[in-house]
Amino acid sequence: MNNYQVNEKGYYGDFGGAYIPEMMYPNIEELRLRYLEIINENSFKKEFEQLLKDYVGRPSPLYLAKRLSDKYGANIFLKREDLNHTGAHKINNTIGQILLAKRLGKRRIIAETGAGQHGVATATVCALMGMECVVYMGEIDIERQAPNVARMKMMGAEVRPARSGSKTLKDATNEAMRDWINNPVDTHYIIGSVVGPHPYPDMVARFQSVISAETRKQLLEKTGKETPDYALACVGGGSNAIGMFYHFLEDENVQLIAAEAAGKGVDSGHSAATSVLGKEGVLHGSRTILMQTDDGQVIEPYSISAGLDYPGIGPQHAFLHKIGRTKYVSITDEEAMQAGLLLTRLEGIIPAIESAHALAQLEKMSFAREDVVVVCLSGRGDKDLDNYMKYFNF
Amino acid sequence: MNRIKQLFENRNNRKLLSIYFTAGYPHLDDTLQLAKILEDSGVDFLEIGFPYSDPVADGPIIQYSSEEALKNGMSLAYLFSQLKELRKHIKIPVLLMGYVNPMLQYGVEHFCQSCAEVGVDGIIVPDMPMYEYEELYQETFKKYGISNIFLITPQTAVERIRKIDDLSTGFIYMVSSYATTGKNLTVSEETTAYFKRTKGLNLKNPLVVGFGIADHASFEHALQYADAAIVGSAFVRLLSQSDYLQQIPSFIEGIKGDVVV
Repeated sequence: MNNYQVNEKGYYGDFGGAYIPEMMYPNIEELRLRYLEIINENSFKKEFEQLLKDYVGRPSPLYLAKRLSDKYGANIFLKREDLNHTGAHKINNTIGQILLAKRLGKRRIIAETGAGQHGVATATVCALMGMECVVYMGEIDIERQAPNVARMKMMGAEVRPARSGSKTLKDATNEAMRDWINNPVDTHYIIGSVVGPHPYPDMVARFQSVISAETRKQLLEKTGKETPDYALACVGGGSNAIGMFYHFLEDENVQLIAAEAAGKGVDSGHSAATSVLGKEGVLHGSRTILMQTDDGQVIEPYSISAGLDYPGIGPQHAFLHKIGRTKYVSITDEEAMQAGLLLTRLEGIIPAIESAHALAQLEKMSFAREDVVVVCLSGRGDKDLDNYMKYFNF
Repeated sequence: MNRIKQLFENRNNRKLLSIYFTAGYPHLDDTLQLAKILEDSGVDFLEIGFPYSDPVADGPIIQYSSEEALKNGMSLAYLFSQLKELRKHIKIPVLLMGYVNPMLQYGVEHFCQSCAEVGVDGIIVPDMPMYEYEELYQETFKKYGISNIFLITPQTAVERIRKIDDLSTGFIYMVSSYATTGKNLTVSEETTAYFKRTKGLNLKNPLVVGFGIADHASFEHALQYADAAIVGSAFVRLLSQSDYLQQIPSFIEGIKGDVVV
């Protein structure tokens, strides 16, 4: 059997590790030594599961999308992460990490955010737990995502603009790392995706793995079989995708498909298709695949979806890509927007533009009528209404 | 013999000053001219930064200089081409400082080889993991005679400092406090205790304090416990002024004062 999970040194094959300055070492080392012990404690599990159930609203439904299934000639199920509290899968991770932070004795939380979904999910759990919260957000994203900024502020978080570099997600991440260097004792950094130095990618993956754990049970009830033929998800950093794939990795008959944002086209110079355009290197503390120049400078990606324009992918994705366990496909802005509209018109569900990238892949596949397909509907599209309206001139 | 080693062995209680600047800032082709002025002004060794797009350990001043340097067209390959003339003009030790990704893209062996060819004596790459250096790169660094400098902080455990001491071949970079670069060092009991504690370990390698050293007072304070101190952001800030070339000698004099111990 293949091992798709992190090894004891913190690597997935050649990827992963902890490329951090010494100033971050004590915090990362504390996490590395304690995360498994803490998240395996009965009291932790109980509290985590209880909050996911009563506060987040899990299990999220697995919905057989009949009209979408008829269109594509397969049995298409949507894993409804969009129905979670705060509207996306991000909260699975922030609930887990805030419980962990409490057990580590931290009293201040920092986070980075791009579109604002992870920032909102972090601000939410900080309000819930009565912890101080600072969210770093690129100055440009603050302008683009005003409603999410307002939600964070209403929940008592301080939103600090990242003004360095390109003033977007990667720079917000840099600023959060700098904050942690300057506040090493009382602060926990809630990273929002399966990125960053070990143990973050594994820790976040474990918290998000609830998505595929539930999917297996729900599929068994609905189809009589625990595994689908295909599992699809979108990838920016890749946390909803890892969550969707996690418990299917060892079922080699399940085809795993990850949709990256091709933006205006993979070769347009305005893209975030990391697996195609990236090369191996180090970004935000882990060895992975990232978009960079020959000199090793990080290239700012582009996507219409603010949640997918990250210049790297998590190290586990880099590994799954390299060994071929998961297929990475590129979806353009246009394809994603059309898929978002299609789902809205066929099923009455407005998906986040991120999630629409996964849906768009359906159009490119051919199915047998009995095929079972699960698509991770990672978030709802309320936050994207402006974008949809402008795009389609409604 | 490696110039770094020689410098510390022959220092005879002289307190040493190192200056950091980002290559390519304020102008692309300033590198050798700045190095020369600094050497002539009495600086004992140099750290030349190779810029990176995402410098997480750095505060706003060095972030800005890195961005500008990249806009000016600086790259690692270009820097090495500038440094071909280094040893025609500069006698003091020179280290390169930057982040791991540009070094990986250039190739670690190629990087060490280029350092050796141009006469760079050591490197400081804060985000290169210790285990990776030990397992993958140590032999290559030795082969080319390049010192790899590790950082320690107030939070670094004693066993880890001992291990770093074993792996180090030039000096140990003692980060003054919990901070990114460019925050002025406040002399607190905590800092003093950390400096004393580290000095008391009687390490094999010299101690060099960096981060937050901006003036004569912080330089003096650091040197009570260390062999040398590094000024980075305060110097890079000076470079944003139009007459920076004229100001360098008096800036260096101001930091050093009349340090005789």
